[in-house]
Amino acid sequence: MPGFNILSPTAILGYGFPETSFERGLKATPDLIAVDAGSADPGPYYLGAGKSFTDRSAVRRDLALLLRAALDRGIPLVVGSAGGAGAAPHLQWTVEIVEEIARTEMLAFRLGIIAADVPHSRLLEGLEDGRVSALTGAPPLDRSIVASTDALVAQMGIEPIQQALAQGCDVVIAGRAYDPAVFAALPILRGYDPGLALHLGKILECAAIAATPGSGADCVLGILEEERFVLQPLSDQRRFTPASVAAHTLYEKSDPSRLPGPGGTLDLQDVAFSDIGEGRVAVSGSRFVPSDGYWLKVEGARKLGFRSIAIGGVRDPVMIAAIDTVLPQVRAQVETMMPANGGTLHFHVYGRDGVMGPREPLRGNPSHELGIVIDAIAPTPEGADTLCSLARSTLMHFGYAGRLSTAGNLAFPFSPSDLRAGAVYEFSVYHLLESDPVTPFPLTIREVAG
Amino acid sequence: MTRLTDIATVVRSKNTSPFTLSLDIIFREATDYRAFRASGLLDRALVGRLYGLAPEQVLDIIYFEPASAIKICLPRDVASGSPGDRDVYGAQQHAPLLLWEFELA
Repeated sequence: MPGFNILSPTAILGYGFPETSFERGLKATPDLIAVDAGSADPGPYYLGAGKSFTDRSAVRRDLALLLRAALDRGIPLVVGSAGGAGAAPHLQWTVEIVEEIARTEMLAFRLGIIAADVPHSRLLEGLEDGRVSALTGAPPLDRSIVASTDALVAQMGIEPIQQALAQGCDVVIAGRAYDPAVFAALPILRGYDPGLALHLGKILECAAIAATPGSGADCVLGILEEERFVLQPLSDQRRFTPASVAAHTLYEKSDPSRLPGPGGTLDLQDVAFSDIGEGRVAVSGSRFVPSDGYWLKVEGARKLGFRSIAIGGVRDPVMIAAIDTVLPQVRAQVETMMPANGGTLHFHVYGRDGVMGPREPLRGNPSHELGIVIDAIAPTPEGADTLCSLARSTLMHFGYAGRLSTAGNLAFPFSPSDLRAGAVYEFSVYHLLESDPVTPFPLTIREVAG
Repeated sequence: MTRLTDIATVVRSKNTSPFTLSLDIIFREATDYRAFRASGLLDRALVGRLYGLAPEQVLDIIYFEPASAIKICLPRDVASGSPGDRDVYGAQQHAPLLLWEFELA
């Protein structure tokens, strides 16, 4: 079996990559160009609101280079978790960019579009049939939470992508996908070992982040062979080392030896990393162990209200010494003044415990100045404004015990002091759903004629 | 007294999901990793003490020989991006590990 070369241009579509590295990758005659476009890291807002966390013109730049190179050379191009969160609006956003490039550059190709949205009814049926299981730390799920969830997606495995490629799609734009699936689908279809292909995909989805020095905006090449895979840098500035690859295996995972995904677990207990020179690392021993039943990870976001914030600094040492009693008193006063607002108020106190909250071991030693973010959430934008404004004015003029600075307690860096921060969402669903691998991910084929 | 800054090349934190957090320690030398592991210094009670948690709240402590690394899994106290959250990516929750001083034989 000849080597199967996969070019991974960048860690996230829209993060960019040097054209020199990309050209060097193309010289290695890749069998596949694949890129992950998404992540749940930026939080529930992007899934819930249907917005991308990447910039449109940056995504357009990356996609234009990828499309031209792939179509000129007849290399399949697969993009996963389109638009970041991979729900319908994100998929549509990405497809519009692809079609815009096709028009401008007169490109003609067969485009496969795979949706990843989960109808509420499907999750409810699963809930009733006992085919839903919560992931660690996820809140319990019931009918009303499902019903009030604004956006629901499932991470597809390799199977829907394989179906699109088998139907001759030159370019596949997939909604929410298990990160390694976009890299592993085609080689597994061609008969390569799923354990090696998925493990290679796990590393390639972050592109050069696993190299040293790491970068989320540079290309790398993965070469899949029968008994091992090889990672090769495409820039003279970086190389792979057994340590850099092993360290990356830990990244964002709960257990580095057992990585669960759709349809099974990647078992890395017997994996070996070896330096084969020229900045390349060979990896062997990765095994895929199919699971009992096929389980999909479902992510859902639901809207809780709207946020307004105000930022103020405190430099007065008397106020700083009293801050732990001042803030609860301010909160109590605000709550008595507007009991029916339905909102929630948080004070983020930078310089005391703004980053770690109750887990901050040095909470008792505040800095010489504090930054306070007043964070007001309410069912309507106007309600959030009112709550924020009231909290801000109450804190500004609060007469705490021992106060000398009777003109005001806060230094505002801006006018206006209060800012609207948009809708607030939470991850309401983070569960496994037992399902078949293909039907939840409908494929649309479009003949794009530049 | 030793600190992790003396023997580790990486000490970091990151979400492993919107509800869980991983703290990773990667040692510079495999010998230091083995000595540290053998010392048994890092257990649920210690992590609990550093983070103000009960030992049973610590989800897991995993040693990963190929990377000379230790992974500590914690629940997030507020889900990523939910009201009251302070660190959406969970990228700044590792500092207590850096402040910890210990005696390595």
